[in-house]
Amino acid sequence: MRLSFKIPILLGAVASLSACQYDVLAPSGWVAAEQRDLLVISTLLMLIVIIPVIFMAVWFPLRYRADRPDLSDYAPTWAHSTKLEYVLWGVPIVIVAILGVYTYIYTHRLDPYRPLDAAEIGTEIGEPIEVDVVSLDWKWLFIYPEQGVASVNELAVPANRPINLRLTSSTVMTTFSVPALGGMIYTMAGMETKLHLIADEEGTFFGQAAHYSGPGFSEMHFDTLAMSDADFDQWVEKARASNDELSRETYLALEVPSMADPVKYFSGVDDTLFDRIRGLCVDEGKVCMDQMMMQDEMGGGGLEGIADKHKYQYDDQRAIDGFGNPIGVPATPSAPAHGHEDGETLSMNSHEGAAHDGI
Amino acid sequence: MASEAHVQAPETWSPLFGRLTLDWIPYHEPILVGTFSAIVLGGIAAVLLMTYFKLWGPLWRDWITSVDHKKIGIMYMVLGFIMFIRGFADALMMRAQQAMAAGGAEGYLPPHHYDQVFTAHGVIMIFFVAMAFITGIMNFVMPTQIGARDVAFPFLNNFSFWMTVAGALLVNISLFIGEFARVGWLAFPPLSGSAFSSGPGVDYYLWALQIAGVGTTLSGVNLLATIFKMRAKGMKLFDMPVFTWTTLCTNVLIVAAFPVLTATLTMLTLDRYLGFHFFTNDLGGNAMMYVNLIWIWGHPEVYILILPIFGVFSEIVSTFSGKPLFGYKTMVWATACIMVLSFVVWLHHFFTMGSGANVNTFFGITTMIIAVPTGVKVFNWLFTMYKGRVRFEVPMLWTTGFIVTFAIGGMTGVLLAVPPVDFQLHNTLFLIAHFHNVIIGGVVFGVYAAVTFWWPKAFGFKLDDKWGRRTFWFWFVGFYFAFMPLYALGLMGVTRRLQSYMDQAWQIYFIVAAFGAVLIACGIACGFINFAVSILRRKELAVGGDPWNARTLDWATQSPPAHYNFPQDIVVSGRDYFWKMKKDGFKWSTNYQDIHMPNNTATGVIVAAMALVFGFAMIWYIWWLAAISFIGMIATVIAHTFNYNQDHWIPAAKVAEMEAKGDVA
Repeated sequence: MRLSFKIPILLGAVASLSACQYDVLAPSGWVAAEQRDLLVISTLLMLIVIIPVIFMAVWFPLRYRADRPDLSDYAPTWAHSTKLEYVLWGVPIVIVAILGVYTYIYTHRLDPYRPLDAAEIGTEIGEPIEVDVVSLDWKWLFIYPEQGVASVNELAVPANRPINLRLTSSTVMTTFSVPALGGMIYTMAGMETKLHLIADEEGTFFGQAAHYSGPGFSEMHFDTLAMSDADFDQWVEKARASNDELSRETYLALEVPSMADPVKYFSGVDDTLFDRIRGLCVDEGKVCMDQMMMQDEMGGGGLEGIADKHKYQYDDQRAIDGFGNPIGVPATPSAPAHGHEDGETLSMNSHEGAAHDGI
Repeated sequence: MASEAHVQAPETWSPLFGRLTLDWIPYHEPILVGTFSAIVLGGIAAVLLMTYFKLWGPLWRDWITSVDHKKIGIMYMVLGFIMFIRGFADALMMRAQQAMAAGGAEGYLPPHHYDQVFTAHGVIMIFFVAMAFITGIMNFVMPTQIGARDVAFPFLNNFSFWMTVAGALLVNISLFIGEFARVGWLAFPPLSGSAFSSGPGVDYYLWALQIAGVGTTLSGVNLLATIFKMRAKGMKLFDMPVFTWTTLCTNVLIVAAFPVLTATLTMLTLDRYLGFHFFTNDLGGNAMMYVNLIWIWGHPEVYILILPIFGVFSEIVSTFSGKPLFGYKTMVWATACIMVLSFVVWLHHFFTMGSGANVNTFFGITTMIIAVPTGVKVFNWLFTMYKGRVRFEVPMLWTTGFIVTFAIGGMTGVLLAVPPVDFQLHNTLFLIAHFHNVIIGGVVFGVYAAVTFWWPKAFGFKLDDKWGRRTFWFWFVGFYFAFMPLYALGLMGVTRRLQSYMDQAWQIYFIVAAFGAVLIACGIACGFINFAVSILRRKELAVGGDPWNARTLDWATQSPPAHYNFPQDIVVSGRDYFWKMKKDGFKWSTNYQDIHMPNNTATGVIVAAMALVFGFAMIWYIWWLAAISFIGMIATVIAHTFNYNQDHWIPAAKVAEMEAKGDVA
């Protein structure tokens, strides 16, 4: 058991040596700190079995090697011991039972869908801030519905205030991950996931897409800036000062695949935008997911509905080639991945617009 | 970067060549051209040597068309080792790329190539290396352990093997014609759907796995039937060696789980080929369904790989400790527990997909429960050594290395099973380190142990001891160098599958990992040198039927065994029956009988070759060729049912002659 106490000390030493690196072991948010505690508890519990096993695995074959001088303790038929079997089953069962209790408690406490509770955190926390997150190919869009602003590849949050995240994706699955603040969650098109985090201190934390999502995946990272309330207000003002508005049209331009995008700010975010992104109906004339599900509930479109198929289609227009260039849009054939002009996007819209008659 | 003139030519289709055009031949990729030249030159050299030594006839008669389970087992091992070289080359490429591409450096592999490399690495290592190895070992060992002359369906066995080869060939063809998938080894949609993975890459993935999957499923059925129907007279289930038990459980898993894979991949195929919407974002598709389905197969799959290896270590520990396995019944029940539990843990692969706390808790705890029977198994091996006479031969070295390494991997596995911990570590390099820890520490070490252990049975001479030890130490040390840095990176939150990264502080860890990979490369090289050295020195290393003083019936045959395995039928009573036979001074009687054996057949390899053509044609939309090869497959199988020349008798005199020859050796 003495060894098992050395391990956390060792881990602590490693973490303090490069505290800025080991985000999981030396986090900056309550959620991540709880997750770290559970990691340490589980490791210690496991070591109760693992250390003796490793010790026996080395010591037994050496102790009972065939060329030992005294073979009198060789028991060529000894292969069963009920007492020993009780111990062999009993110890792991007890450990798993203890671990199971911890798992139940912590899994419920740290359920990513559950809003953070000031009483549990134990310190003063401010009002929560809402952020809607969209994973685009291959960049992150952060929409601040309360402030009416949005940013690309930069997540600014006030420290010591709960962050309530709603997440979705424009095309493929990926994962939103800021290890210094807490666990990750998937983003999926047509669906919404939730995550609740908090930053305990001001600072800049590394954030990333943590599920492979195509050619631009490696460059799909962002900085999370945790700042004071005053600094956050300034940040919002900076975003509000942006000339770029995030309407449905500009979103469709932004959504076109691109890689290693610089940070960008938007003012004037369309109120319905996040719901439409999640509903796969930012394009004019598309039927939103919830409406489609309601129609299905009521029996679906039937054979007559076939003519309306285009109102439900989404993926094909967003098709890409192996290098991440869009091919689904019948625009200029050699369209580069970078720098799509608004004009091109608009022409895409008018092409789509020609084929439908509105919702 | 996608901007720099990297645009794929628009897809065209012609009736003759489908969508295959010259644009799809990667003659502008120096790495691929180099590899291709090496393979062509090597292939020409092999063809010349084969012709010079007049080996084509024997290769066809004695191996390719053989229905002998031992030869098929050996061929699976050869396939496994060849694909291992390919899969490991991919690993080295990834390690080199990640060691270089820090802080804005792009390394030498652009995403388009790198993403194919990590996908191919995973697919090859699981489906064509690990699966080939364990199927090979089960094929070679299990029938002789139960005193059988062959498997229940010898032709099916040959056919299964060649279907696996056809799948492996398709994956390798993708290197030089077209491209491989860039989707990760499980090909999650929507990324793997037709919109976000245009081109033939994912289709190579689908058809290679479907064709190989036919082989795996049939082989599972075959080995199950063999265990249930072909045991020697008197051998009760609880008299079977533990390796046979683990083979039984693994094949139950194969038969239960592989159809799920087949169905899932079929649905993805329908999405891609016929515009279905099982897993698309739009029109009511649901990609989460695929993730669930693929892991309902995928989690049992990891137990499919590890259970037979548990069996291998059980045989080795008891043989080299000079004792029966401690807690045989416990071992069997633990295996059975793992078999059942492996079907109720799949969701732990995606705790982070938004399931509720109750669901996550349930799957977290079921996963931890699996650790209990696994832990019991480890203790049983340890107490088999306790009060034994442990001979530290090379297989025992691997066993010790396995227990130490696997214990660490088991621990990190339980950590990942705790949902809130997994929220942080999911998809990070911690996960990568964990599963390599159990797959290398478990399956790979186990395969090397098994090869060293049963090599003398297969070929009549031992492997060289010195090179065996070198192989072990390079692998063992290399593993820790290669994967401990990845644990550390995982604790920094670094995710997997990064082609490049900005934080230069990570680089030193990737460099250490790359160094570890080089050590492993030395280990692999030592392994092959060991084979070569031992073959050259086979006269001095020659041994009889029972070189390790073993306990189970597989050692009652000659080394190598005659193709009928046992000259007479055996009547078994009790466990470790060969040990008992030896104690009773057993000798085969000289009163030999005629032995009934199956005939070789070329049907398996012919049908598999057509399946290969069919797969290729489907990938490239060459419909006429697909139709012809498909009809050809069906016609050949039907024609085979009219082949009544399926068996032969070995006369008693011939048996006597072969047994006499074996005694002299």
